[in-house]
Amino acid sequence: MDEIKDMVLEYVIDEYIDEDDDIEVKHDTPLISSGIVDSFSMVSLKAFLEKKYDITIPDAEATPQAFDTVDSIAALVVRHKS
Amino acid sequence: MSNIGSYEERRKNFDWGVAREVLGWRDGEPLNIGAVCSDRVCASGKADKTALIWEGYGDESRTYTFDDLRVYSNGFARFLVDQGVRPGDRVCIFMDKIPSLYFAFLGILKAGGIAQPLFSAFGDESLEVRLASAGTGTILTTQKHVKKVRKIIDRLPALERTVVVHGDPAKLKEGEIFFDVEQAPRVEQFEAHECDSETPSVLHYTSGTTGQPKGAQHAHGSLWGQALTASWVLDLADDDVYWCTADPGWVTGTSYGIIGPWSLGITQCVLDSGFTSERWYRFIEENRVTVWYSAPTAIRSLMRDGEDVVRKHDLSSLRHLASVGEPLNAEAVIWSEKVYGLPFHDTFWQTETGAMMIANYPGTKIKPGSMGKPFPGIEAGVLDLKTHEPITEPGKVGLLAFRPGWPAMFRGYWKQPDVYRSKFVGAPGGAGPDELRTNPGLWYVSGDRASIDRDGYFWFVGRDDDVINTGGHLVGPFEIESALIEHEAVAEAAAIGKPDKVNMEVVKAIVTLNPGHEPSGDLELSIMNFVRKRLSPLAMPQEIEFSDKLPKTRSGKILRRYLRAIEWGEDVGDLSTLEDD
Repeated sequence: MDEIKDMVLEYVIDEYIDEDDDIEVKHDTPLISSGIVDSFSMVSLKAFLEKKYDITIPDAEATPQAFDTVDSIAALVVRHKS
Repeated sequence: MSNIGSYEERRKNFDWGVAREVLGWRDGEPLNIGAVCSDRVCASGKADKTALIWEGYGDESRTYTFDDLRVYSNGFARFLVDQGVRPGDRVCIFMDKIPSLYFAFLGILKAGGIAQPLFSAFGDESLEVRLASAGTGTILTTQKHVKKVRKIIDRLPALERTVVVHGDPAKLKEGEIFFDVEQAPRVEQFEAHECDSETPSVLHYTSGTTGQPKGAQHAHGSLWGQALTASWVLDLADDDVYWCTADPGWVTGTSYGIIGPWSLGITQCVLDSGFTSERWYRFIEENRVTVWYSAPTAIRSLMRDGEDVVRKHDLSSLRHLASVGEPLNAEAVIWSEKVYGLPFHDTFWQTETGAMMIANYPGTKIKPGSMGKPFPGIEAGVLDLKTHEPITEPGKVGLLAFRPGWPAMFRGYWKQPDVYRSKFVGAPGGAGPDELRTNPGLWYVSGDRASIDRDGYFWFVGRDDDVINTGGHLVGPFEIESALIEHEAVAEAAAIGKPDKVNMEVVKAIVTLNPGHEPSGDLELSIMNFVRKRLSPLAMPQEIEFSDKLPKTRSGKILRRYLRAIEWGEDVGDLSTLEDD
């Protein structure tokens, strides 16, 4: 689980945070509700998870709530991996 | 009793002068939207009334009175004039929905400038195209977004001033100016620039099938249309708490998130945080929102999250709901009536129309899924696809068009009179914008297809061109394709809309690859993120199809309509012009 969290965190920082942004993203930092990741960009984050972990996340489960923190994203991945 | 009363009575002998009555306008009053929305409201005795309830991420909350609105917009106006901004200069607003955005918008207008709001999620390429087109001299932004300006400023010779209005002044780079209006000395007096109905006010960029986005230029006379429709369609009254969920980077966020409600002295709310159903319902509950103007994409997202989350909140303050951006499906209207006890009233209009054109009205029968009926004073029609003659047969699909001359109509596309002329059926060759928009014998063609039923209700069918309507925002395929082929792996690209349950359409790209590149999941993700950063999340393809070649006409143009027809399962039509088949 921690490995997944670290991988997701690294991807979020690489893709959604600029070098000179004064934003510290942790495992429990809100992403969607804080505007760091907007709802349209969730699609590329979902695509990353599906390719990286060879899973399929149904659209009905790809909600702003489920994608709101690294913790909740990792939980979603774990649920679909098992 | 609603403000509009009887729709049928209002349509009889309609005169736009009724907007002056609604505003309590006196002969000889100065017209400047910036001053009307602040100074004039204060002068009417509402200086201490709440104008803006603002909430941001982390439950940060602030409240401003109309007097605050007056003083802070004065502050921006004074600052801009002192910086050398002159009437007619374009001043871009590029920031999230923070309070300074609203003060700046009114301040630019007071100073006589043309406000050019741009969606803060735009990437540097989308920003550059629009600033270059408008010859923008000043950009107002924040520490969060200024980095995109830094990437492009060397290629924008007209851009003289980068002003950071929020953030840490210590982080500015050389040549940038810091101005926090709430920390600056209060400006109690500012004489707003003298305007008439034709004085340019706002420049909103909108996408078309071909070429880069075009600047739809509006004028201060739009006030009459925006105020009257805010009163009659949104039914705004003095004790309302109104929430327009749109971002002022798009026209709804200025016409009905600033001008309409504030010209009427209405209290409005702004929520500047990401979307979740829970957050939105809590916002309505805590602020006792009474009138809610939102978009089908958001409504369908709320539907998807179900009724349980609705039951956790007291939404009894709501009394009127309306929607705009794309057609509101019948299921959403029925669902909202069941869950909220109120139906969403769909409205139709565009960046170019500046104000609502077709709507469902308080107190009139809603046919779920219909756009409604033309606003009083608006002559709408559906024209035959080939002859461009008005269709009289109920249910027959044609081009949705309007007789020109309504007050909020756009005055032109910025420096593109030929493109403006092309929007009018029967336009005399060489006719200028003023001649076109005041000629009641012409039709302005919207670019959408629709039909009219026996009862006079309009029904949206779809776009008449290749523009993609995603989440209520129009995205031009040309801009996306231009960005796609900048990716090192992409040789050729076509961008089309594909059906989506929540957003109506999302962008799909079909690409061919350069030698040395092979289709893969990683490449797809790389291309998606490439476009997202260059343009915006809206423009990011949500699916990328790799193809060996793209269908083209004999003259070499990519046949988007063919690809789109296949995607939507429609008849592909005449393929006789295909390069090969």
